[in-house]
Amino acid sequence: MTKKITLPITDEDIKNLKAGDSVLLTGTILTGRDAAHKRLFELIEQGKELPIDVKGELIYYVGPAPAKEGYAVGPAGPTSSYRMDKYAPALLDLGLKGMIGKGARNKEVIDAIVKNKCVYFAAIGGAAALIAKSIKSEEILCYEDLGTEAVRRYTVEDFPCIVAIDSEGNNVYETEPLKYRRS
Amino acid sequence: MEIRRIKADDVTAAVKKLFMDCNYFIGKDIMNALEKACENEQSPVGKSVLSQIIENDKIAAKEEIPLCQDTGMSVLFVEYGDKVVIEDGNFDEAVNEGVRQAYEEGCLRKSVVADPVFDRVNTRDNTPAIIHTKIVSGNTIKITAGGKGFGSENMSAIKMLTPSYGVEGVKQFILDTVFKAGPNPCPPIVVGVGIGGTFERAAQLAKKATFRPIDTKNEDERYAALEDELLTEINKMGFGPAGLGGNTTAIGVNIETSPTHIAGMPVAVNICCHAARHACTTI
Repeated sequence: MTKKITLPITDEDIKNLKAGDSVLLTGTILTGRDAAHKRLFELIEQGKELPIDVKGELIYYVGPAPAKEGYAVGPAGPTSSYRMDKYAPALLDLGLKGMIGKGARNKEVIDAIVKNKCVYFAAIGGAAALIAKSIKSEEILCYEDLGTEAVRRYTVEDFPCIVAIDSEGNNVYETEPLKYRRS
Repeated sequence: MEIRRIKADDVTAAVKKLFMDCNYFIGKDIMNALEKACENEQSPVGKSVLSQIIENDKIAAKEEIPLCQDTGMSVLFVEYGDKVVIEDGNFDEAVNEGVRQAYEEGCLRKSVVADPVFDRVNTRDNTPAIIHTKIVSGNTIKITAGGKGFGSENMSAIKMLTPSYGVEGVKQFILDTVFKAGPNPCPPIVVGVGIGGTFERAAQLAKKATFRPIDTKNEDERYAALEDELLTEINKMGFGPAGLGGNTTAIGVNIETSPTHIAGMPVAVNICCHAARHACTTI
């Protein structure tokens, strides 16, 4: 069954999401990847204010391709999440409610997800043209100098993803491959 | 054979088209393999992921937009005929100009930073390209080009195995590398393996192997059998499409080999995502 969620995501929504659930997100999400995370993390370490408020938000790990003429956004599939593992716990501690990316996370991130009652969604890697159909508009919020790595706000409608790690720490990347492992 | 003059602009135009084409149009070999995998996938989630990937690749081709936002670092294998002279320019510069034009005009993502460690400032035109040039006899230039995404590139590995490891050691290293990569390189993957040569030749062969269509086999039947065996073993790992479980973790294993030193048996494993993009032309 597919669950539809209207953003901002609530604590109740998160509580009801279980690893493996298919989800369609509607509302707005933030974007950011390696270089933007590094900058945000350095500001947190220095005790400085961030240029964006992450409280209550979801962040999508993506560096989109440019939009073709007539398109709202360019192809925008998820990037590998583990590269943000160093930075994610600090953002979750600041009130970030979840992340959208692809692939496994380390123990520190999973612990921070459980501690802060957050969620990690997986989008399908390499389905960028398809995923972009659910992104209706974009606005650059900061770090424009980073080009594709700038922080954006996407307005999404039925953005497709799967709960990869739920608020109790259940993790599809651990459980699902085992069901099909024959070696 | 007569000396043939080729204009730098013609090289640029050919390279531009190759990078736009390979980023919009997935190869028939990959599409056929994805469709077959979708039929045979046991996991319902895996089946759904594969059908979305197929739909994605069809949208990209129809609308002429990149099928993946990571349009890659630009890699070219060039067979440069020794009777060719480039007019009005230089070959590498003409290639880089083609990359620049493709990424700018083709709405491809600029994913290259000039300095790898300290500045990491984007070059904003996806140059410089990685150009592997081999001089061959003749008066043509054959170019095979591909955009290599780094989600899978980061999962690649090389090991300087020694002769006593034998074929079992080779298999073990390849399988270990794929297992470690797990869900991260956007499975179903294409595994390029380079065996032999020196440290850098093995790595280069592994990349070349990812550019070979997956419906072809190594000409040496022993390596062809090894390709089949490895593909079967990888698909027993259970990672499945997008790493969400299933029996389709890879859609191809290609092995390329080279003579090597009496003391060595280098093995390089270059992992490529299901968006295994490459295109070829001859000027």
